[in-house]
Amino acid sequence: MTEETNQMTSALLYLDDVSVSFDGFKAINGLSLTIEKGEMRAIIGPNGAGKTTMMDIITGKTRPDTGDVLFEGKMDLTQHDETEIAQAGIGRKFQKPTVFESQTVRENLELALAGNRGVWASLFYRESEEEAAKIASILETVRLTHRANELASDLSHGQKQWLEIGMLLAQDPKLLLVDEPVAGMTDAETVETAKLLREISKTHSVIVVEHDMGFIRDLGVKVTVLAEGAVLAEGSLDHVSAHPDVIESYLGR
Amino acid sequence: MISAFLFRGLAGRIAWVAAAIALIGILVPLSNLFLTPEHALYVPDYIVSLFGKYLTYALLALTLDLVWGYCGILSLGHGAFFALGGYAMGMYLMRQIGSRGVYGDPILPDFMVFLNWKELPWYWYGFDQFWFAALMVLAVPGLLAFVFGWFAFRSRVTGVYLSIITQAMTYALLLAFFRNDMGFGGNNGLTDFKDILGYTLQEPSTRAGLFAAAAFALCLALIISSAIVRSKFGKVLLATRDAESRARFLGYRVEHVKLFVFTLSAMMAGIAGALYVPLVGIINPGEFAPANSIEVVIWTAVGGRGTLIGPIVGAITVNLGKSWFTAQFPEYWLFVLGGLFVAVTLFMPRGILGTLSDATGKLKSLGSGKATALVQDPADASELRKEGEAS
Repeated sequence: MTEETNQMTSALLYLDDVSVSFDGFKAINGLSLTIEKGEMRAIIGPNGAGKTTMMDIITGKTRPDTGDVLFEGKMDLTQHDETEIAQAGIGRKFQKPTVFESQTVRENLELALAGNRGVWASLFYRESEEEAAKIASILETVRLTHRANELASDLSHGQKQWLEIGMLLAQDPKLLLVDEPVAGMTDAETVETAKLLREISKTHSVIVVEHDMGFIRDLGVKVTVLAEGAVLAEGSLDHVSAHPDVIESYLGR
Repeated sequence: MISAFLFRGLAGRIAWVAAAIALIGILVPLSNLFLTPEHALYVPDYIVSLFGKYLTYALLALTLDLVWGYCGILSLGHGAFFALGGYAMGMYLMRQIGSRGVYGDPILPDFMVFLNWKELPWYWYGFDQFWFAALMVLAVPGLLAFVFGWFAFRSRVTGVYLSIITQAMTYALLLAFFRNDMGFGGNNGLTDFKDILGYTLQEPSTRAGLFAAAAFALCLALIISSAIVRSKFGKVLLATRDAESRARFLGYRVEHVKLFVFTLSAMMAGIAGALYVPLVGIINPGEFAPANSIEVVIWTAVGGRGTLIGPIVGAITVNLGKSWFTAQFPEYWLFVLGGLFVAVTLFMPRGILGTLSDATGKLKSLGSGKATALVQDPADASELRKEGEAS
């Protein structure tokens, strides 16, 4: 479809001076961000800071007005749609848990499982033992083995969040975008989720958007603070929370 | 591979229904041809024709269920694919008349002679061959659905907007086919057919054969549809229906999924139309009427969408009702039909079949003490699920 840019950066994900506006409102304003291979990054910021819009840009849902978005240094994400970007290896968990409600937990994972997504391939698909074992292990990881054959719509809110994380695992992308994974979870579930994400980050690169400061502390990773569509501060949680601009932006509102 | 694929379609309830349709397709023609009218099990000629017509309606409703019930594409123009298949068959039957027409022209159908046409239009070439007509029965609706779907799904037209443009499509075809210079008989359509493949259409044995063909087509379409919805592709269909953008973010090319199922459904609808025309003996532009397509939606909703069997039950039940009502109280039928749709939407959103299996599900769970005990056998589990998906 488009000529791929030459290798410009070693980073897994590279955003440079990205801007997008909706009806004159600058949702993202000169945002630059780099995620290295194997890194887990937390992104925080007040409402309207552009966190979700940033995810929309990375996954091809929204096209930026200006700026570069490169995946693995060569794929220009602004030139591809959601399907192509997903197939290239970027997975996404939505803010509101989005699972296929009318299908069972296991079927949700089957759908997410990496593999050929074509029409013919799915028509004549037969699950291999390997794939069955992979689904079983993911069910174990997200603690849903006992509910594997129940409809996803019957799960609790927290379980749906976990199922969606499990679907990301099944998809096995190179980069996971996780939008507010602990929204609506109990404290115990939040602690478990942090554990789960740390486990996932051993083998995947992850970007987590979250409001819950305790959860971010549990993750113990580099934090990027967004405000008004641009990066306000970057560093450890203690570093950014001591930053005067951050205090201003959070407390000034 | 294909047989293994089809075999998968024969699971659970579908196998019983497919077997029942096949049995009807064999026994009814046999009874009609070989039993005497005095016999208790004799099926009279008019019943064979009437129910043959219902079987083609059932097939049409089944094709709508595949796109609406499973993929969420509410097509309000499925009657167009049915009519196009019917016209392709009608053109073959027209050319079979040969010099037996009123004007006795060996090549030109009567309406062309009447319009003072000298030559057969190029698009009528080939329709003297059955194989060519049969190919067109599939190709014309398939191509229209493919081109229409290609643009609509790529532009991400969904929901009520998509329904409206499918309605506009069938309306445009209605107006086009009404025109005399289109070359399809205009207002009167195609009729006065004599024979099909050398068999006289008025013969009871031909009618019985057509009935058997309609039953066979319905049975095969049911098995194919069931194999599709039970494959992984069927899960992708439901995923597209329930959370289209999620399916995209998982890497599925949603527009290809929709395009495939829409085109396949249109081709099967074309077959239904092609079987309908020799049974009723006429095809005219009225078949493109938007109201016809909406009626198909009502049959499907009444029977229970997303169940495959429901639309078959719905099409036959509603049309039985229609036959009875239009004979007894002709002026009230449309009110009854409208009222039926409202009542089903309000009180039986899952249709006849969904409501029935809810009831049997409750009975079973009363018997076994708890609802979860229902889900033992994986085939049963998926059966229950399929019904759940309809809501």
